[in-house]
Amino acid sequence: MPSPRSPNLQLNEHGRLRHFLTIEGLSRELLVQILDTAESFATLPGRPVKKVPLLRGRIITNLFFENSTRTRTTFELAAKLLSADVINFNINTSATTKGETLLDTLRNIEAMHSDMFVVRHAQSGAAHFIAQHASPRVSVINAGDGRHSHPTQAMLDMFTIRKHKGDFTPLRVAIVGDVLHSRVARSQILALNTLGVSEVRIVGPRTLLPTEARALGVHVFHDLAEGIKDVDVVIMLRLQNERMDGALLPNEHEYFRLYGLTDERLENARPDAIVMHPGPINRGIEMDSAVADGPRSVILQQVSYGIAVRMAVMSMAMQSQADLGGET
Amino acid sequence: MTESTQFMKHDAILDLIDGVATVLRNRLRDRRLDDPAMIGIHTGGAWVAERLNAILGLDQPSGLLDISFYRDDFTQIGVNPQVRPSKIDFDIDGRNIVLVDDVLHTGRTIRAAMNEIFDYGRPASITLVALIERSGRELPIQPDVIGLSPPLGLSDHIKLNGPDPLGLEIFHGPRTGR
Repeated sequence: MPSPRSPNLQLNEHGRLRHFLTIEGLSRELLVQILDTAESFATLPGRPVKKVPLLRGRIITNLFFENSTRTRTTFELAAKLLSADVINFNINTSATTKGETLLDTLRNIEAMHSDMFVVRHAQSGAAHFIAQHASPRVSVINAGDGRHSHPTQAMLDMFTIRKHKGDFTPLRVAIVGDVLHSRVARSQILALNTLGVSEVRIVGPRTLLPTEARALGVHVFHDLAEGIKDVDVVIMLRLQNERMDGALLPNEHEYFRLYGLTDERLENARPDAIVMHPGPINRGIEMDSAVADGPRSVILQQVSYGIAVRMAVMSMAMQSQADLGGET
Repeated sequence: MTESTQFMKHDAILDLIDGVATVLRNRLRDRRLDDPAMIGIHTGGAWVAERLNAILGLDQPSGLLDISFYRDDFTQIGVNPQVRPSKIDFDIDGRNIVLVDDVLHTGRTIRAAMNEIFDYGRPASITLVALIERSGRELPIQPDVIGLSPPLGLSDHIKLNGPDPLGLEIFHGPRTGR
């Protein structure tokens, strides 16, 4: 899927991260820099004082037009651990329902001197739109836009993979489930290919896989056992309940029978393979509880690493304001 | 382009660190700073701290501080892309800390380092060791133990290269980059 806007919008004239909207158009070097920076932040929970003073005095606004508890909470925690102050805007109950346009909302929040917007919106391209219209002293982080992109989730997944596997280049990674409707999968595929893994596979029923697989640089499998054979990483996607209503899927039981991950099926992957899931898990639909809670599951680590990765992205994006110079 | 000259070579620097170790040992003894723990500031200070640690024969390895997240010039320079995790494997609370840096200049690095140390705990004391002390202080911070105070011009900079071999290099004129 083409990006709604030029991805260069994300970089300033020094090639540094100004907004974080999509993985598309970002270099391997920059992705590695995000992971390296996150590595330092990941050690902070081990200290008596978990905060660092990096963004002291800055205001970060969570602008969530779509419900999300965990993503919003980890962004809020990341901002607070950087010593920034956080405002949460629950747009469902605010002025947009009274007919205020997105741009009006933006201008109002800018007038509150926010330095950064963390945006989640059901519409693809919403974060790009806001980044294009925001004032030069504001950075925008995409926390998920429609089916398009969820770049911080992809980067926390890359961080988790690197923690367990070290080098990306020899890895085979399978992404299983509803790839077609998943902004997470789209961002993961871009990140994995940019970081140079050996092979990315997508696994699922025809109705839930994109047709442009070749353009995405992935191999397509419709059989789970075959799709995860000899892979180092299995990423399970959440099956959105609303997909069950349409003609895309027969029913939950049938889906689990064909694509649910069980210990038995996991035998096809490499013995040291890790199992990931962006959460929340539908137990008994995407995977068995035995797998989700088993020794190869790194699902809860993903949540912890998500905080460090979001801290890295926020602090790096704030650097663009340093490049502007003058009083900030 | 900035010109540079070699100021001191590996063996001479090792001699200098030996001298610092002797002064430091005496100072710790005179002030009854028992059971000290060493912390070096990334990168040059960490190399010096490791050697001092070995000479003094301290029990635990020296700690490492990367003060990138504590710098007061973040709004001008942003996050250092080469940031690495700080690593302090001992309890700071009630401990006599020896804080080591390669070059003491403005004092801002030391202020940041002390802020970070206090986020790990409340030390009994901090003794500051600088291999090189130079003019240009912007904060009221002075070292307890000094290796050498070479005369430097206002626009000169001195840098410790290493870790093997160690070398002290002086750059003349305004420095490019950070």
